[in-house]
Amino acid sequence: MRVLIYSFLLLFLCSMLSNVQGRNVKAEYPVPRPPLSKGIFPCNSCHEGIPANPTKRQLKDEHINIKLHHAEGVRWCLDCHDPTNRDKLKLANGELVAFTESYLLCGQCHGTTYRDWKAGIHGKRTGYFNGGKRTYLLCVHCHDPHDPKFKPMKPEPPPYGPKNANNVR
Amino acid sequence: MEAWRFFKKTLVLVMKGSLAYYAWCIFLLAVTFLGLKFYIAQLDQGLIITNMRDQVSWGLYIANFTYLVGIAAAAVLLVIPAYIYHFDPIKEIVVFGELFSASSIIMALMFVFVDIGRPDRFWHLIPFIGKLAFPDSLLAWDVLVLNGYLFLNIFVPVYILVRSYYQKEPNKRAVVPFILLSIPWAVGIHTVTAFLYNGLAARPFWNASILAPRFLASAFCSGPAIIIIIFQVIRKISKVKIENEALFKIAELISYAMFLNLFLLGAEIYKEYYSNTIHLAPLTYLYQGLQGHKTLVPWIWTSLSMNLVAFFIFLIPKTRKYLLTLNIGSILIIVGVWIEKGIGFVLPGFIPDPLGEIYEYMPNTTEIAVSLGIWALGLLIFTLFMRVAIPIETGIFFHSKQKTQKSSNDTLLIP
Amino acid sequence: MGQRTRTMSDNLYTRRTFMKILSAGFVAGLGGINATCKKVINEEFLQKYFSEMTDEEKKRVVQRLEEKYLKQYGKSTRVSFGEAKQNTLWGYGLDLSRCIGCRRCVYACAKENNNSRYKPQLHWIRVIRLKKGNLINLENAEHYYDPDKVPEEGFIYMPVQCQQCENPPCVKVCPVHATWKEPDGLVVVDYDWCIGCRYCMAACPYKGRVFNWAEPNIPKEELNTTMHYFGNRPRMKNVVDKCTFCIQRVRSGRYPACVEACPTGTRKFGNLLDKNSEIRYLIENKRVFRLKEDLNTEPKFYYFFSL
Repeated sequence: MRVLIYSFLLLFLCSMLSNVQGRNVKAEYPVPRPPLSKGIFPCNSCHEGIPANPTKRQLKDEHINIKLHHAEGVRWCLDCHDPTNRDKLKLANGELVAFTESYLLCGQCHGTTYRDWKAGIHGKRTGYFNGGKRTYLLCVHCHDPHDPKFKPMKPEPPPYGPKNANNVR
Repeated sequence: MEAWRFFKKTLVLVMKGSLAYYAWCIFLLAVTFLGLKFYIAQLDQGLIITNMRDQVSWGLYIANFTYLVGIAAAAVLLVIPAYIYHFDPIKEIVVFGELFSASSIIMALMFVFVDIGRPDRFWHLIPFIGKLAFPDSLLAWDVLVLNGYLFLNIFVPVYILVRSYYQKEPNKRAVVPFILLSIPWAVGIHTVTAFLYNGLAARPFWNASILAPRFLASAFCSGPAIIIIIFQVIRKISKVKIENEALFKIAELISYAMFLNLFLLGAEIYKEYYSNTIHLAPLTYLYQGLQGHKTLVPWIWTSLSMNLVAFFIFLIPKTRKYLLTLNIGSILIIVGVWIEKGIGFVLPGFIPDPLGEIYEYMPNTTEIAVSLGIWALGLLIFTLFMRVAIPIETGIFFHSKQKTQKSSNDTLLIP
Repeated sequence: MGQRTRTMSDNLYTRRTFMKILSAGFVAGLGGINATCKKVINEEFLQKYFSEMTDEEKKRVVQRLEEKYLKQYGKSTRVSFGEAKQNTLWGYGLDLSRCIGCRRCVYACAKENNNSRYKPQLHWIRVIRLKKGNLINLENAEHYYDPDKVPEEGFIYMPVQCQQCENPPCVKVCPVHATWKEPDGLVVVDYDWCIGCRYCMAACPYKGRVFNWAEPNIPKEELNTTMHYFGNRPRMKNVVDKCTFCIQRVRSGRYPACVEACPTGTRKFGNLLDKNSEIRYLIENKRVFRLKEDLNTEPKFYYFFSL
């Protein structure tokens, strides 16, 4: 009898814990496919056979086109990418999340932005906002995770102005 | 039936006259047709052929409109002394003053007509047929009071003239209420026009309580000044007796109005410059130039000097009572107030615009041509009015029961 | 004497007949004008005030407009009269810390709303550049910045468009009721009723309204064929138009074009009456303000800073 009660309690606690860890968030934030480079996924197709080297270093053989410019003084690749399973990202508590839930990873440090994003006020809005058709985009759809700051861009031309009657430049 | 016969006779009358008369009318017609040509181009291609743009969306047309409404209101200045104080030197020329007022209102309405983008939709402004937004929109008020004033200033003189033509006294009970009504109505038209600008919180240059009093003060300067000039012309070309006393009295009243105008200007300048808020910008643009833009600065200083000189001319009795200086003063006021109340009022309201942009508007050929055309047409209408009114008032043109003597009725003294 | 009288009445008689013939000829001449052309001019000229039209009349208006656009642009269009939904009040949010002044919104808006591209160039959105340090001091606003790259150091950028005020001064001053506030909060213009007096443009404190100074020039291939009667149908010369929060989009639940065009996620939109909307979250959790609030126009365009 006691065993039964304890096992029920344990199961209950586990289910609570899994809720806290946000297992059900995937359904709430429908996002399109992550913008992974062509042919790069699944990562394990290469990394299955490569032993993980946890030494912080500058990569010389592969992935040399990725210049890390995102807290690179205190972090490097394997702080976010899981060393044992390259198809997943690693949260601070060790939990693994898929690339389709990468906002959980970004949200750990960028909590206020994550809160705004969940409410729908961070980031580009597209599509429909009524009738449950609201679309979300992943952080990485706009921000390159390795170099997230927006680059300055060329602005569209200024208006012709009132003195320019013929509207020619 | 009487009125219809009278009307037919007047048509005959206006077709006859001296060489000078024909030359004047043909000149005015020519300028009118030039203006019409440009207006047709404006209708065809759109208002883009003017210099108005989103930043300064009202320009020369509305500047002229504002000035002319003021002129029209000034006819009141003649009516008040004549009918309330029984000042005889002016009484006989009230009809001329009211016809002058009617011509100005016609000009003002024409300026509005050429300014609106879709004159084909003019019927939207007619109450009950269209959808006039009375009492919310001050423009709707303006439509009603201006047309009402036009009606008053045509009905009363025409009635008096028709009665004079048939050598009957005008029925005082029929006409005096309308004359007395036109006094507050004249103040009303100019106040409504002032409120039109005043109510716009978006334009701090106009959103000052001093606007309506300033409008009235400057109107009572410019209108009578034009009348002084016109009456001297009438006196010269006809038998109408207009004594110098009448002119000097009008000039004296102008001096008081100009004092008020200058005082209110001073009050405005003090308030803006001393408080020195962001709303000083339009006044700075006008009097000093803003961020290097200085187009209106010479205009406004010219206008101010003209007004000051004219004020002193009218204030000092010696210069007021001397016809040459009187005329110089009148012309100075006419031009000075036109600048101050026309372009010196409408344009700074838009510069800088609500988002801080500065577009220096100056009218182009199209606008100047259309404006001159309307002025010419208004002067022509006034000439034709006078062509009928003067002979009637001087007793030359009247209805005779003897049809054989019809031709002699039409001889006139106009050379 | 008697003879004179007879001559006079003779003259009168011939004059009368002459006038009769003249007017008959005039009427006949009028009748000879192409019937369709006359019908169209008459219908457009005599079109009634919007709220006084029956549904039948509205349908005819839509038909006439669609025919006109087909002839003018060679594309079949759909003009809708889509009415305001219940319980909606549209609100807009703009994150001033993220606008980089790229003007993508300006041109996306012009394209979506069939604005005239040149002669005149009509932009419903104006992005102004302000010096950092004094916030909305419009005296240092620069409208025509054109650097190689934005954002520039030391400046912030602020887009301004019609603020869809709850207390609109433009609606108050229109002499013919050609502009009004719809039940869902959008201030619209009936382009077929506007007389082009531009009083509303003088009254707007935000420079939200622009004027079609000439017949609009819209490249045929860029015409947006989903149109709304109060929104993006091609206008005619000499009438006023303005941002309508993309009325043709929002009334079917889509975001306005400027919201979708912004590359940095500056723009937010939603229903102020829906307490779960993003705009409500924004107003409750961010420090929002509106332009020129001292004028009591109660705009529904909320600016805020998130950084």
